[in-house]
Amino acid sequence: MGEPYAEDLQFTPLHAQHIALGGRMVPFGGYELPVQYPTGIMAEHKWTREHAGLFDVSHMGPSFLMLAERSGDPEADHAAVAAVVETFVCGDIKGLKPGQVRYTLMLNASGGTIDDLMVARPADPAWSGVLYIVVNAGTKEDDFALIEKAAAGKAVLNRADDGGLLALQGPEAVEVMAGFVPDATDLSFMTYGSFDWNGTRLVIARSGYTGEDGFEILTDAEHAVAVWEKLLADERVRAIGLGARDSLRLEAGLPLYGHDLDETVSPIEARLGFAVSKRRREAADFPGAARILRERDGDLKRVRIGLLVEGAPAREGAEILDAEGGAVGVVTSGGFAPTLTRAIALGFVPPGHAAPGTMLQVSVRGRLQAAQVVETPFVPHRYVRKARETI
Amino acid sequence: MTIKFTQDHEYIAVEGASGTVGITAYAQDQLGDIVFIELPVVGKVLKKGDEAAVVESVKAASEIYAPVSGTVTEVNAVLSGEPGLVNQDPAGAGWMFRMSIADAGELDTLMDEAAYQDHIK
Repeated sequence: MGEPYAEDLQFTPLHAQHIALGGRMVPFGGYELPVQYPTGIMAEHKWTREHAGLFDVSHMGPSFLMLAERSGDPEADHAAVAAVVETFVCGDIKGLKPGQVRYTLMLNASGGTIDDLMVARPADPAWSGVLYIVVNAGTKEDDFALIEKAAAGKAVLNRADDGGLLALQGPEAVEVMAGFVPDATDLSFMTYGSFDWNGTRLVIARSGYTGEDGFEILTDAEHAVAVWEKLLADERVRAIGLGARDSLRLEAGLPLYGHDLDETVSPIEARLGFAVSKRRREAADFPGAARILRERDGDLKRVRIGLLVEGAPAREGAEILDAEGGAVGVVTSGGFAPTLTRAIALGFVPPGHAAPGTMLQVSVRGRLQAAQVVETPFVPHRYVRKARETI
Repeated sequence: MTIKFTQDHEYIAVEGASGTVGITAYAQDQLGDIVFIELPVVGKVLKKGDEAAVVESVKAASEIYAPVSGTVTEVNAVLSGEPGLVNQDPAGAGWMFRMSIADAGELDTLMDEAAYQDHIK
């Protein structure tokens, strides 16, 4: 039980808070973080779906890419910094509206995924020529090196991963935010802004990794504990560990880098075709475009599916077989879904086996169990996309 | 009744030539919420250390090993529907299976309560 302990684990600014709350600390992405608190993963998962969960995601890689020489023309400066990022992602960064956050993929020359990330354009024109970029923890050193290489001479990368990044997620998150930074409740899903809180700046995005409405809050290290404790003081909020973070994102059908995405998996295979923006597709000007456009036209060997699994959870690495028992694929994430009280999984199979309703099987400890292909998310997303223009 | 413990946190409560096997309070706490249990079939012959059952928490699967050699005589079928009993009452309602004990001498290789409490310190 428990992973072998790596040396030189880093602490987030909230490490002492996790210990004080009785968090069970484990190594994750080079950091020591709580997998759960004393109430356990099931209770934490359900609390987040019903109320509001607070997650320490300070291990991730927030950063700001700043144009080296800004002209002062907001559109021109945005276009210039966007051009740097578009060399390594498939998303339309140039087309971001002020305040907009976009999920995109960093790709290698063969169209495989180096990382999935968020890229956002500041709402304030005074900050044009800057992009807020958040990459995954486990890949951040390589990602930042790649970004710096692409930016050489044109833009400067300022890492912000020495601070606190907190995710407040759940149906009551917006009510909690109303009592914390009221102006941030005007944000709609996938927008962000910079807000004053007690004299410090917080960068707040309406985004998350649970399928629920919620916010991700970047603070400097000095204020991280105060933000954490202020939010936790609200009775609707409980601290949630990495275990429930994983079960929540799995129910939401969201891929996890290093498991459902890696350097061999393309956006089309991962069913993330929406992240290959139209303008980029038409220009075919991103890494691996030839493969990705070919796959988009139907020349696809495998595709990510969701599975409802009968019986024991099928974990990562479990073989997927067709109804006749022929091997067709592999599970890349699997576990127990607390909301559905059953086992679910993500995996890859050839397109011929990927239609919802297809009956497949999974091999768990050498025994075959029925598994049905279903649409994802397994649990519907409850993002708040406002009709009115807020930016 | 004598209760003995393994290094891997199984217990066996011995009554005569048979024993009731489960996991300790410490083990269930370490595993967290148990969501699925795979029990052995009655009649299965186990050698000491053989995989006898599997408990699944939200995060991971963990094997439960036979504390001693013997034959499975009864399983706690209630756990199929209520795996959480292992968390709530590991030493009581959360028992997993009963077995006949083939070689009582193997019990001497296990820890008693005091030694086990020392082991998990």
